[in-house]
Amino acid sequence: MASSRLSSWRRGVLHPWFLGVLGVAIVLMLWAAISATALVDPLFLPSPGAVLAAGQSQAAQGLLWNDLVASVGRVFGGFALSAVVALPLGITMGTNPVICRLLEPLMALIRYMPAPAFIPLLIIYFGLGELPKILLIFIGTLFFNTLMIMDAVKFVPRELIETALTLGGRQAQVLRRVITPCIAPQVIDAYRINMASAWNLVIVAELVAASEGLGKRISLAQRFLRTDEIFLGLIVIGLIGLLIDLGFRLLMRRACSWAN
Amino acid sequence: MHLRVDHVSKSFGHGRQAQLVLDDISFEIKGGDFLALVGSSGSGKSTVMRLIAGLERPTAGSIRLDGQPVRGPGSDRGMVFQKYSLYPWMTAAGNVAFGMELQGLSRSEIRERTAYFLDVVGLADAARCLPRELSGGMQQRIAIARALAAQPKVLLLDEPFGALDLQIRESMQEFLHRLWRQTGLTALLITHDLEEALLLAQTVHIMAPRPGRIVRSVSVALERSTLAQLRVSPDFLALREDLATCLRSLDGALL
Repeated sequence: MASSRLSSWRRGVLHPWFLGVLGVAIVLMLWAAISATALVDPLFLPSPGAVLAAGQSQAAQGLLWNDLVASVGRVFGGFALSAVVALPLGITMGTNPVICRLLEPLMALIRYMPAPAFIPLLIIYFGLGELPKILLIFIGTLFFNTLMIMDAVKFVPRELIETALTLGGRQAQVLRRVITPCIAPQVIDAYRINMASAWNLVIVAELVAASEGLGKRISLAQRFLRTDEIFLGLIVIGLIGLLIDLGFRLLMRRACSWAN
Repeated sequence: MHLRVDHVSKSFGHGRQAQLVLDDISFEIKGGDFLALVGSSGSGKSTVMRLIAGLERPTAGSIRLDGQPVRGPGSDRGMVFQKYSLYPWMTAAGNVAFGMELQGLSRSEIRERTAYFLDVVGLADAARCLPRELSGGMQQRIAIARALAAQPKVLLLDEPFGALDLQIRESMQEFLHRLWRQTGLTALLITHDLEEALLLAQTVHIMAPRPGRIVRSVSVALERSTLAQLRVSPDFLALREDLATCLRSLDGALL
């Protein structure tokens, strides 16, 4: 009896979610404990309750929802554009050595230019509207997406391609029936990883120039020393990022079950 | 069916770095033949196969299938690779059907022939399995079924059992032998396993390395009612020992 109870306890602890949730819970409890002892000025460390209250107030005013829609819209707009351009570009570079040699050095160079450094230029070109923000996310993720897709294409096992050719496949068929399904898991993973940069960039863009958005809210909160609202913004950004990440993982599990 | 490899040479690289991999290879295969190329690694035997498949071009000489020069890969020369080259996202049946889909056969025909060839390799029950759910031997049987279903004139087998355990390899040799007898297919087998070549092939060419060339050709006229008996028959063992000595001397010359 005792041993079976022990093993079921152990199974619970070893469940992949348990320790992860525990880690978050410990940090939350530490946070609550420190702010409860008033060791730190609440101006620097607002209590969890204050942050929650700030969230409720912003939600009641409709600000939270507006900011969310603005930021998420920019991320999805810019990233969708980048994903749609990167896929054919990466596949072309991965399959055609001439185009690869033509573009790879250029991309390697631009990739090392920090995307936020393009903000001044984008503002001069396109003003303060949505376009420069969407383009910033596009520029900041396009090259990573493209190069990761190119690598995935280059690592398609040669035998898989040659088998299709000896079965009577033509180049277009190899591309559509062999290369595309073969790289699908890596493409989804590349998108998942680079989505994180898209989130970084939208916040940076909003810090510089925006009238709404989660980044804008944080920068306004700084002006009024509202650390509770800054904390709120950070936590919301983190949670949405986590949700998107989980979404990509789910997509991977659904669409590419063969690769697990 | 008549495949003719005529004074074929192959070099890799250019200018001073050019390396001669195959030197003046000639042989032919007729319909229903089972031919084997045996040699140690570096003898260029896989290159011969890739040239016939059209995946590489010869530097000199010509390869003709029924009088037509080979210019690139095509479904008349089916290939089975050593490493399992099944498409991991397709089921076993999907893999077998793939070549026929590429060729644009009708749906009903594809379904019928897929079932038939899964049955031929004894894996009708595994139709809906993904490759990772199959053992290595089963995967190679599916790869053979896939190649056969595309109706090649000649089946090119590049060390098809090289990655399998000894026991499974023997049963696969048995399987391939039965398949050859039943279907009358034409096969070219590349192997470094002399016993495997002698068990299965009517004609065996021994290849020497650096540069790859054919140094000896034997026709194997042995009674093949069961491979198990053949493995231990005196004639077989004598022939194997004779050729093994030949192969060893080729390797010894290199040391």
